[in-house]
Amino acid sequence: MIDSLSTEMPSHDVLLVGGGGAGLRAAIAVSEVDPDLSVAVVSKVYPMRSHTVSAEGGSAAVIKEGDSLDEHAYDTISGGDWMCDQDAVELFVNEAPREMLQLEHWGCPWSREPDGRVAVRPFGGMKKERTWYAADKTGFHMLHALFQTSLKYRSIARYDEWFVTRLLVEDGRVQGVVAIELMTGRIQAITAKSVILCTGGCGKVFPFTTNANIKNGDGMSLAYRAGVPLKDMEFVQYHPTGLPFTGILITEASRAEGGFLLNKDGYRYLQDYDLGTPQPKPVLRSMELGPRDRLSQAFMKELDKGRTLEGPYGPYVHLDLTHLGRKIIDTKLPFVRELCLKYENIDPVSQLIPVRPVVHYMMGGVHTDIRGATPLDGLFAAGEVACVSINGANRLGSNSLTELLVFGARAGQAAAEHALQDKPLSTGIEAQAADEKKRLEREFLHKTGGTESIADLRREMQATMEKSAGIYRTGALLEEAQASVAELKERFGRVAIQDHSHTFNTELTAALELSYMLDVAEAVVECALHRTESRGAHQRIDFPQRDDERFLAHSLVSHRPGDRPKVEYLPVTITRWPPGERVYGRPATDAPRG
Amino acid sequence: MAETITIEVARYRPEQEGEPTLQSYEVPFNKDWVVLDALNYIKDHVDGSLSFRWSCRMGVCGSCGMTVDGEPKLTCATFLSHYHPGPIRVEPLRNFPVVRDLVIEMTDFMEKLQSVKPWIVREDDPAPAEGEFLQTPEQLDQYKQFSMCINCMICYAACPVYGLDPQFVGPAAIALAQRYNLDSRDQGEQERMDVLSQHEGIWGCTFVGECTEVCPKNVDPAGAIQQYKLAATQDWFKSFLMPWSKR
Repeated sequence: MIDSLSTEMPSHDVLLVGGGGAGLRAAIAVSEVDPDLSVAVVSKVYPMRSHTVSAEGGSAAVIKEGDSLDEHAYDTISGGDWMCDQDAVELFVNEAPREMLQLEHWGCPWSREPDGRVAVRPFGGMKKERTWYAADKTGFHMLHALFQTSLKYRSIARYDEWFVTRLLVEDGRVQGVVAIELMTGRIQAITAKSVILCTGGCGKVFPFTTNANIKNGDGMSLAYRAGVPLKDMEFVQYHPTGLPFTGILITEASRAEGGFLLNKDGYRYLQDYDLGTPQPKPVLRSMELGPRDRLSQAFMKELDKGRTLEGPYGPYVHLDLTHLGRKIIDTKLPFVRELCLKYENIDPVSQLIPVRPVVHYMMGGVHTDIRGATPLDGLFAAGEVACVSINGANRLGSNSLTELLVFGARAGQAAAEHALQDKPLSTGIEAQAADEKKRLEREFLHKTGGTESIADLRREMQATMEKSAGIYRTGALLEEAQASVAELKERFGRVAIQDHSHTFNTELTAALELSYMLDVAEAVVECALHRTESRGAHQRIDFPQRDDERFLAHSLVSHRPGDRPKVEYLPVTITRWPPGERVYGRPATDAPRG
Repeated sequence: MAETITIEVARYRPEQEGEPTLQSYEVPFNKDWVVLDALNYIKDHVDGSLSFRWSCRMGVCGSCGMTVDGEPKLTCATFLSHYHPGPIRVEPLRNFPVVRDLVIEMTDFMEKLQSVKPWIVREDDPAPAEGEFLQTPEQLDQYKQFSMCINCMICYAACPVYGLDPQFVGPAAIALAQRYNLDSRDQGEQERMDVLSQHEGIWGCTFVGECTEVCPKNVDPAGAIQQYKLAATQDWFKSFLMPWSKR
């Protein structure tokens, strides 16, 4: 088995790459469309290890009186600096409550009001309280509720710890994947009528990130190599509060519960950046509850003014929770306290927490429509790997967990319907799979004499991205990065592989992950260079203004083997909210009335 | 030269060697580093063939459980400084077959988890649109701690019963069964009881409580097992004394 591509190709109706929140929700959705459809969840980790597990603060959906779908839509669209497709946002906010209630019925242990109803908390950029939470381990509880619920569906087969290396595309349709079973090293084609990418983000392209080790842009690269465009890749979210050195996230919920951001003088510096005036209690869409892009940019300006602190791992500011008291911290933010105690030896009940902006989320991703369908027939995508787009130029905290559910379910339904068309497998698939096996052997498993180290290439890529594609960017630095990434890709061809064994070969997977990340890095740099304006999380020092004339449009970047990628633009869909000024901490003139 | 510390790592590559061996590596001693950072240093700079699982590095994904100086630990939450001046021995979790190096085989747990029906069981199935099931904070507290299990396998590595009898459902799976039994939204306790009572293993648990002691998330599987034993005993007496009563 080990040395030959199995001639028996397992076959499924719908195959998911990735078993996190979006993947599991999609898998269940397929089973709900038709329990006879066979579903395969192919994941490089056991599903409950997926990075959804690390999400902390909450998940947004309108549920309380006094809130409205239009207000959630407006917050999302203005938060995204008008780069969101408004038809997508409207259906997102509309379907969000049903999905969240469904997860409640599946056992998610949401925090509750005294009367037993689901509790909500404030969140950054949201004008109303609509963020559901399970203390500050919301992603963990959502993932485990979804995973455990998925176990009751007999039609869901799992390929745990299988690493996907290629999409099988023939006759203009995706028809399966090639994957490595990590435990045995077996290289196997798995065919399917529909494939859904649910592999999450790509934070590891940067050196300092909240993202887990597994976040390497796998699905983005798989789609890109198959000719599917990536959308809005220049929009990289920095979360304003990560722990120095580890990059561990300190949730926005800590500010929603009343935490302050202080510079080295103990001053709530956000008041200097058009984010409102400081109040003792949290005010929605103001100060510490502003959007993440603006808060991370404010940190950089404080750094320029010399008003940050300096530690062994670079500049930082303070997050102050001490005035909240032990009771609030222990009931609403127990994980924050646990993380600070365990990883920083700091008790937030009595001490200030050192924090700095940290790469957190990719607004961009595989280009999909509102059903989760990509331009490639049979290929769908949902979750962070995808760009629908509801997040525009800056995602609001607590929209992404809900996005997993809403668009995971939609992609699952669309993929199920597509699979029911029952198109036959093309004859060339087997040969294509055999070619992929040969490639893996030639380039990695049997390769000798490589000279470049995986760790060195990765570190150089990360340093390049931080320097050129960070919170503030310039054309000159991006051009340098363009050359650096191209050179790194070329050097990757000479990567050294010491480990030629078949059993759980993590040097092989590290090399493959690096190759995925280099594709993502190329796409980010290319899009960032082409967008000569500043909008949301994409800030060009050489083009500081938003330019709706030219750039109220999504970037679509396509892979061209042996050449620079091609960047094109697709107009943003505007329905009811014409582009306006983003206003925080003061009354807006163009906000929806009533 | 900066200070270093010795890490003795259990190596096992089944395609090359029949038995695990220990290999020593010198790594920089950095007070901010956890054991996992040292392993990554080795992988990146010394020996790319060393295999281990890890992902979140914040103690919530459950991937990086290993035996550190004889104790089962999450290596992302275990500081080198705790073992200074070393050496530190890192081995795979005990009580599991070893796939390679520090990677254990855990398919057995995955099957056991599924067998205890860790999902909400309802006789009725109201549509989500009808609204949430009400659950007060006090009702949430009944099962909350059991819902904190990250499936890291550390309790299985510490469990003397599982070590002797691999048929034993084990601490985490029983804690998760109890997590649903105690959830006010659930109606599946009897179904789970039927599953758990099929095997004798649970009665072998002597309430020494190693599982609870080692749990990095302060879950109390030993408590879950005792609660289950009590319920099962009552159930048995009930069926014996009142055979007419509906179970």
